[in-house]
Amino acid sequence: MIRSLLHKVLLVSALIISPFVSSYAQEHEHEGEATHQEHHEGSAHGAETKKEGFNVGDMIMHHIRDDHGWEFAHGLKLPLPVILYSKDRGVEVFSSSKLDHDAIYNDYKLVHGKIHRVNAAGAEDHEAHVYDFSITKNVASLLLSAVLLLVIFSSVSKGYQQNRGKAPKGLQSFLEPIILFIRDEVVKPNIGPKYERYLPYLLTLFFFILVNNLLGLLPGAANLTGNIAVTMTLAVITFLIVNFSGNKHYWMHLVKPTGVPLALLPVMVPVEIVGVFMKPFSLMVRLFANITAGHIIILSLLGLIFIAKNLGGSGIASGISPLVAIFTIFMNLIELVVAFLQAFIFTLLSSMYIGSAIEEHHEADHGH
Amino acid sequence: MDLLTPDIGLLFWQVVVFLAIFFILSRFAWKPITSGLKEREESIQSAIDLAEKTRKEMAQLQSDNQKLLAEARAEREAMLRGAKETADKMIAEARDKAAAEGQRVLDQAREAMANERQALVAQVKKEVVTLSLDIAEKVLRKELADKTAQEKLVQDLVANARLN
Repeated sequence: MIRSLLHKVLLVSALIISPFVSSYAQEHEHEGEATHQEHHEGSAHGAETKKEGFNVGDMIMHHIRDDHGWEFAHGLKLPLPVILYSKDRGVEVFSSSKLDHDAIYNDYKLVHGKIHRVNAAGAEDHEAHVYDFSITKNVASLLLSAVLLLVIFSSVSKGYQQNRGKAPKGLQSFLEPIILFIRDEVVKPNIGPKYERYLPYLLTLFFFILVNNLLGLLPGAANLTGNIAVTMTLAVITFLIVNFSGNKHYWMHLVKPTGVPLALLPVMVPVEIVGVFMKPFSLMVRLFANITAGHIIILSLLGLIFIAKNLGGSGIASGISPLVAIFTIFMNLIELVVAFLQAFIFTLLSSMYIGSAIEEHHEADHGH
Repeated sequence: MDLLTPDIGLLFWQVVVFLAIFFILSRFAWKPITSGLKEREESIQSAIDLAEKTRKEMAQLQSDNQKLLAEARAEREAMLRGAKETADKMIAEARDKAAAEGQRVLDQAREAMANERQALVAQVKKEVVTLSLDIAEKVLRKELADKTAQEKLVQDLVANARLN
């Protein structure tokens, strides 16, 4: 009975959502045309896209990529500050709205989402090296998440100071099990007795990834944890912590793995050294790929509506949109799980790597 | 491949913002949170320990009480038993003594009675002897008041002597 009820609820919600989804689809169709026109001159398969009227790939890439200016919906774009640094001109700051619609401002032009200096003729100036420190969509989202984290955890920490020695209250009691889980199930067993030194970093890491994963699931939000620059930073920080806290055993294991015959050392030592760099690399790619893949799947599902419209008109598009809505809801639920899971895995692996670097007792043989 | 090349701007901001969050949170959030958690855990643990200790003490006290009670009971028992024994002994002694005394008194009485009787018998004997002597004397005086009687007696005596 519950199951049939659940089916009804899902169906009804899908029907309610579907008009929005299809209107969204129509919106994006225009957008698709716009971007397509934008790309028309440069892209090789421009003609092909023109025939189709809508390019799902472009739409997806547009959504998962960083952007100057935060577009919540078509036509509703929040301009963000562009900050540029070049050797000859120094620091330049202006609004990203100046560069909208291929406009050239101060000799700068937005080409494929990147700002390039152009010369008087309008062609790209390859001589000038412009460093782009703009507050892009991702940076704005990053700052937003930083503010969120600071607000949430200053409130939680106040809770601990106010109800000292008492039962937790409110937000504090909501987050305490998660903090305890990270401390007792992830950090403590993997790092061992010296866990307290690394706990602040790992807690920050977990909540940073979690909050940004969840923010990324909101409609119109940035894809921050699915950006390689972000995951690379996190992975590099973990890498630095692991290698700066590595003890004698850790380095000895690198140059002379125990239990390995002498003849195998020329093979094993490079493998071990590659392993040191592979660990953060895998951390970086795992988070980036998981989050980006989730976004791509959801966007592809929504893209089905546009494709249906291109192939069979708005009738078919409206027809399939309930189905797409159901799948999208399902994928969103999976993405919620992934948001938690990836934050957990990143933290777990980071603590395992730190734990193996500071491990005092040296195990005779642990397979890699 | 655009996705796989990190932008320098985002990289810069990510490093700056993440490190800022890390330092601010470690100082103003994680430190109070972890110390608060630890403190609470310790206080809970100590409360549990105290309760356990108190429970043990109570059990100890109870067993002590039990032991004390048992000891008191045993002592009372022993005392009662001792008293009873003493009383029994005293009674038995008294009885023995009384019996012995009685015997002694009896013996004494018996001895005295025997002595009395002997004295009495002796007295009686003496009286009888005296009386009989008196009677015999009187009879003899009366019988032998004349000469003939005296002769007759002598003759009887002689006759009797012959017959024997």
